Amino acid sequence: MNAIEQHLQKKVREEYTDRVIINGRVANLTQPKKGRGPCQYRNLCSRGCPFGGYFSTQSSTLPAAMATGNLTLRPWSIVTEIKYDKDKKRATGVMVLDAETNKTIEYSAKIIFVNASTLNSTWLLMNSATDVWEGGLGSSSDALGKNLMDHHLGIGASGTVEGYEDKYTFGRRANGFYIPRFRNVGDDKRDYLRGFGYQGSGTRENWKREVAEFSIGGDYKDALTEPGSWTIGMGGFGEMLPDPTNKVTLDKTVKDKWGLNVLNIDCELKDNEKKMRKDILVDAQEMLEKAGVKNVKSREGDGTPGRGIHEMGTARMGRDPKTSVLNGNNQVWDAPNVFVTDGAFMTSASCVNPSLTYMAFTARAAEFAVNELKKGNL
Amino acid sequence: MMNRREALSRVALIMGGTVLGAEAFLSGCTTGTTGLKFSQDDISFLNEVAETILPATGTPGAKEAKVGEFMTVIVNDCYEAKDQTAFMEGIKALQFKDSKAKMGKAFLEASPAERTAFLTELDKQAAEFQKTKKPDETKHYFTMLKELTLWGFFSSEVGATKALRYIAVPGKYEGTVPYKKGDKAWAT
Repeated sequence: MNAIEQHLQKKVREEYTDRVIINGRVANLTQPKKGRGPCQYRNLCSRGCPFGGYFSTQSSTLPAAMATGNLTLRPWSIVTEIKYDKDKKRATGVMVLDAETNKTIEYSAKIIFVNASTLNSTWLLMNSATDVWEGGLGSSSDALGKNLMDHHLGIGASGTVEGYEDKYTFGRRANGFYIPRFRNVGDDKRDYLRGFGYQGSGTRENWKREVAEFSIGGDYKDALTEPGSWTIGMGGFGEMLPDPTNKVTLDKTVKDKWGLNVLNIDCELKDNEKKMRKDILVDAQEMLEKAGVKNVKSREGDGTPGRGIHEMGTARMGRDPKTSVLNGNNQVWDAPNVFVTDGAFMTSASCVNPSLTYMAFTARAAEFAVNELKKGNL
Repeated sequence: MMNRREALSRVALIMGGTVLGAEAFLSGCTTGTTGLKFSQDDISFLNEVAETILPATGTPGAKEAKVGEFMTVIVNDCYEAKDQTAFMEGIKALQFKDSKAKMGKAFLEASPAERTAFLTELDKQAAEFQKTKKPDETKHYFTMLKELTLWGFFSSEVGATKALRYIAVPGKYEGTVPYKKGDKAWAT
């Protein structure tokens, strides 16, 4: 952490018993590993790291899969349907539409892992086995397409810190600070369920800032070539409750360029999230003010679901086939050789980034599938 | 840590506002309105405007960083049609009609001091316009010119390495290092 982040960390520790500020946890390698990394300190992770310094499928898991010699990648493939044998109650393969040539190809398989990304996985299920279930594979429970979730964000506060003009940072850090959830934890009870965490960072302003004294010209330019004030800010990542009225359905009339039905998304923040957002705003402002941060300004985006790009749910797992699409091993109740292990399986959203959870469940389901296959159960 | 959409929206802020074209630029999209023609004279003129906004001082100015050429690429590839129209009409007026009205001569015939005085006044008008304009109204063309100049200059090799300090890759991160007044800011 830099000087003003440590300043805030210290003040928050003094002022509160329920909150801590920690360094963020990120998947950047500090040491090279199996041809990847280390992190080059470019802070361009969001573009996909060509050095493999930051985790991505392309830099990490695909090369590992390729190294087994058992991987075939087939780009431009749109899986349009999972083929289902209603007598054996098993999937038999998939239909693929080549996005470039429009040709269809059928592939057969003993087991199928569906990881098309949350909404597309559900879209695929909805388009499969429709001769048996009108709503598609996994729709016997009525849970398919329901309980869509995201993280709600875009809300927080920021301000400027004085007294650290003789301090600066060196280098680009692909990280910030994190404040783990403290609401509805332990004895804390709010008028809403669950909670939120904050991500934030402190930086010294650069040339993108506004300079009040000059408008154009040499003095203006020279002012911009020096760092400006220290600013610090944080934004909340809130948990969104599963709600069956937040849902996706197949649009029977609108089709995409391949003639495939598109999804209708019907999703909004409900009362629980709206109440939580008031806390996100007020708590952020209060922490900054107690730390002596000046010019504290709140930021309040609309938090529309989708902004978080953490779509979850719509094919949730559960213990009861009447209320869930998947069982505890990510198997579709109605087709045990079909596994859904991306965000679609999630039952609740938590307030932390979900990718590692997907990966852990995928590894668990893959191991289960291999063992079941060996036992002859699939 | 931060998600990609948040990261993009932060990069795209200059002078407290969202930069036109930045989102299309960063996401690799084109706005589908390419086809504007800029002559060599246009590019020279844009370089001179940029140089007036960010002139050579102890360090090189916008002209050396070829900011005029940068502007033509961004406006062509990343601006929406209505913003392109406002930009083209604006620079045409600035080059001749408005310059003649204010300085009695075309922009390129004026001295650096005359250009600075003229654009300082125009900058005030643009800032005022930005404050009162409707959300769906296009930006003042001088605001476009100014943000393109800053963006083009400070992200160029000249701007990043000579006006600012650039840390080469692979780098490292140190949270706290000493700073004394006059030290240049980091480019990235």
